[in-house]
Order: sequence, then C-alpha cells, then structure tokens
Amino acid sequence: MSWLPDVVEDLLKRALVAELAVVNHRGEPSMHPLIPLWDGEKIYLTSSVLFSRKLEHIKANPKVAISITDPIATDSLKARCSIQGDARVVEDDPHTTWEKVLPLWRAKEPAIDFFISKRFAFPLFFERSIIEITPRKVTWWEDGNPAREPAMAEAA
Amino acid sequence: MERRKMLQRLSTYAHVVVSWVDDDGYPAQTPADFMVEGEELRIHQTGLAIPTDRTLNIIASHIRPQPGYGYDQRRYISIWGRGEAVEDGMRIAIERHWGWDEDITPFPEYVERSNPQAHRYLAELSAQRGVGIKPRLSPIWTFLLATRLPFLTATIIPILLGIAVAGHAGEFNLWLAFVTVLAGASIHIGLNVANDVFDALSGADEANYRPTQYSGGSRVIQRGIVPLARMIAISTAGYIVGGALGVYLVLETGSAELLAIGVLGVLLSVFYTAPPLRLVHRGLGELTTAIGFGPMMVLGAYVVQTGELAWEPFVASIPVAILIALVLYVNEIPDRPSDASVGKRTLPVRLSRETVIAGFLVASIAAFATVAVGVIAGLLPAGTLISLAALPLAFQVHAGIRKHYESPYELMAVMGRNVQLHMATGTLLFVGYLLAIVL
Repeated sequence: MSWLPDVVEDLLKRALVAELAVVNHRGEPSMHPLIPLWDGEKIYLTSSVLFSRKLEHIKANPKVAISITDPIATDSLKARCSIQGDARVVEDDPHTTWEKVLPLWRAKEPAIDFFISKRFAFPLFFERSIIEITPRKVTWWEDGNPAREPAMAEAA
Repeated sequence: MERRKMLQRLSTYAHVVVSWVDDDGYPAQTPADFMVEGEELRIHQTGLAIPTDRTLNIIASHIRPQPGYGYDQRRYISIWGRGEAVEDGMRIAIERHWGWDEDITPFPEYVERSNPQAHRYLAELSAQRGVGIKPRLSPIWTFLLATRLPFLTATIIPILLGIAVAGHAGEFNLWLAFVTVLAGASIHIGLNVANDVFDALSGADEANYRPTQYSGGSRVIQRGIVPLARMIAISTAGYIVGGALGVYLVLETGSAELLAIGVLGVLLSVFYTAPPLRLVHRGLGELTTAIGFGPMMVLGAYVVQTGELAWEPFVASIPVAILIALVLYVNEIPDRPSDASVGKRTLPVRLSRETVIAGFLVASIAAFATVAVGVIAGLLPAGTLISLAALPLAFQVHAGIRKHYESPYELMAVMGRNVQLHMATGTLLFVGYLLAIVL
C-alpha cells in the first residue's frame, strides 16, 4: 500500500511526462523529462543508454526528485506535485530487463509497441535501464497554484 | 542556441519547474510562473521558498498528448543559474542552458548524436562487470542490416535482364543463370559491406547524423552491433565467394570477355570507396555505379549464356544503368553535409540544388528515351516499350526531390519511390523481353 496522498497517486497514474531531478557531478540539480510509471508502490522511469548521463549521476548519488506539473500532460488534473525519493538503477541486462515495466509504459504510450517493432532501426534506444524510485517525501499543490504554500507528507 | 533565442523560445512555454539541492542533499522542486524580458528571466514568487545561495536548474517542458498513441511535439529547455531576490520573485543570472526540440532536431538525429554517450556507458558497465555488454539485434536483422540485403535488387535486375536478352537470342542455361545471380549477389554483398568499412575508416558515416534507411550506410559499426573486424571478414567472404563463382563461370564458358568484365567489376566495386582511387570521393560514384550495375552486369550475364559480346544487351543496360546511378544520386542528397565534411565530392555535393534537381529530370527522361530510340532503331524488341509505364514514377520522384530537398526524413519516401522506379523499369524491360521470347 502506498502512503502517497490520492491526489499525488492520480497524478502519477495519468502523467505522460514528469521532470526527474538528479544531482549531477558538480553537486547541482539536473532535470530530465521522462514518462513516470507507477505500480502503486514505487515510481519507475526508463532511460536509454543513449541518454545515460542521468544514470551515471544516480549511481553516484541516489537522491532524486520527480515533479508532475503540466496539466496538459495529466489530462487536465489541476494539482501539481514533487516527490523526493531514493533511486536505484536496474539494468541486469540492458537489452531485456526494462521490458518488466513495458505493460505500465504501454498503458501510457500505446505507440511504444510500434517503435519496438522497429527496434532494428534504433537498436541503442532499446538498450535501457530502469530507474526505480522509493518515495520518501512529497510536496503538492492541490489547486496547482505555485504561489501558494504546498502541502507536505513524508514516509513513515 | 544563443541565449536571446533560447529565452524567446522559453517565453512560449506555460510554466517552468525550478529545482535546487536542499539541505538534506535531495533535489527540491517547485512549479513556477515566469516572465522573459529581453535577455532577463524572472521567476514569480512561489509558495515554496527558492534559495538564492546555490545553483538552480530551471526546466520548461512541452508535449502534446495523442490519445491512443502517446504524445508528440516534445521539446524542453533546461537552464542553470543563480537567483537574486527582487520584488515579487527572483531574477535569474543564467550560467548555461541546453535543450531539445524534436521539430528542430528530429528524434532519429538526436539518437545518432548520442551514440558516443551510449558506447561510453556500455563500456563502463562492461568494465564494472568484467564482461562485454553490447547492443544486440537478432541474427537475421543483424545480417539483413550489415549486408543491406534488400539493395541486392540492384544486382538481380540487370543480371535477369542480361539473361532475358540472351534468351531472346536463343541461348539459356538455367544452372549458369543461377550461378551468375549467386556470383553477382556475393560480390554485391562484399561491396556493400566494404563501402561501410571504408566509410567508417574515413569517418564519413560517423559524421552523418541524419542517416535514413537509404543513405548514411548500414550504421551497424557506428551503433556497435557489428565490430569493424567482422565487417571486414564479411566483405572479404563476399568477394571470395563471388570471385570463386566468377572463376567457375569463366572456366565453364571459356570466355576471355567474361574474365575481363568480372575483373573490372570487382576492381570498380573495391575502389568505389577504397583508397587510393576512392572513386565516390572524386565525384565518380554515380558513373561507377552506372557502369557496374548497368552494362557490366547485363553484359556479364549475357556473355555467360552466349559466350560473346553484343550491342543489344549494352543498349538494354543503359536505362537500368542510368536509373541505378540516380538511386545513388538521390540517396546522396541528404548526405551532402557529412560527405562534404570528409571530402567526399559526390555530385550533390558539387552541384547546386537546382542543377541536382534538373539533372535528375534530364537523366531519368534520357533513360526512357533510350528504350524508345532502341526500339525505333531495331536494337530492342517492341515489347520493351512496356517499361515506359514506369515513367510517371520519375516525375513523382522529381517533384518529391524539389519539395523535400532539405529534409532528410521527408525525403525518405522519395528515395523509396526512386528505388521503385529502378526496379519497375528493370522488371518491365525483363517482361518486355519475355513477351518477345514467347510471342
């Protein structure tokens, strides 16, 4: 069972894009737009080895955050949130391990099956790693207004 | 992208997300409204206080949901800098920025430009685990891609045409016809792979960030699917098998002309990209291709069947020679920047846009005119006039080149239609000869 507020779970279930923030080698934040996947307990993102600097940063520092802020990408949900958590890169076999989260990915981006059928054209794009995030603290803006003070909750 | 232009683009986004590293060492984030004035970025007051004593990352991200598909119109701008408190918010002193817009850098190009990062990451992973971790494709796809097998139509069509011309002259040996196709296909595989090897060594394919399925090589070396050494082995094997079958055909026919055609064909295919001649680098690639996949293939196949040279197969080969050269010519259009950067002076590199487009039209009409003149002169059977049915394809390709000259990915469909032009014309010439044999 998730401790995340329902409003945040709804955002995770519907969002087509989120901003993953990692801490880079300079100790600065670095954000990357990705599709967030949610299984009711952990947040999953996948990254191709083509765009793997974020994976290198996570391996060096697993403290991350992920924000969902775009009402256009959340089917008009007004709320916005940011979730801090601890990330783990899962890449036992970059060729196949990421397929574990394919059902969650497919639900948000049905076209992924078409792209997988063209895997021969983008072989490196489909060498991927899973970023698994365990949430620890969430900040949210119920009405989506960033000028208001957000609500906060932390994992027990 | 220069800062002013970046900020102009940023002003089209609805909001930004601001991130900083909090006192617990985690990235903190808040959505924010913002304003761009000239070269200044201001973040409006947020409910979550944004610190001014550390580096901020500010990102604006855009997608357009497409229900039942996913989304498109992906673009984002990422900015690093520090904030200075001002009335109603903060002003950002921008240090650096970065971004991607799929309308400016199409996704396939973005992927190609990121190849080095992928290789570096996989190399580090391999070093950590003590085993090589490489990108993979199925053996069938790897073979199809590495050899560019579908392009073998360029060999099969002229060989079948040469066999048909010989059949029209009353000569046909099925076994020798089969061996001829096999020999031609083997040499063609050797050539395709050698082309990739030499383009990898010269850096031409590496420099090409906009490859398509028709241009820029097979990419198996650049993507780490097949190592260079294995490509050299495949190419060598293709030439050895093709050469051995060629020797067999020469011995069977006892034809010195066939030996000359075979040797010249292999030399042309090797020195197409290989130093010291590197014919394609000198603007002779189109001519080499025309000779190799036109008269040499048609005459070679004809000589295997008849044991002698003749004018008829030479005339019949001219349309397919011109059209296969035009396949290369059009495929070279999107490769212009990368070819020019490594000194590969192809015709589209040397000539102006208008000359290239006009050149296509003149050459393709000349191909069909050859058939008409050949029939009128009594050198080709009347049935070959059926090939004129493919002429509308030439006009479609011409219009497509004019429309998409500067757009590699839009040009892909035109390149495909151009391949069809060669295949359709060659096949119809073959059918024309079959009609002449049967009727």
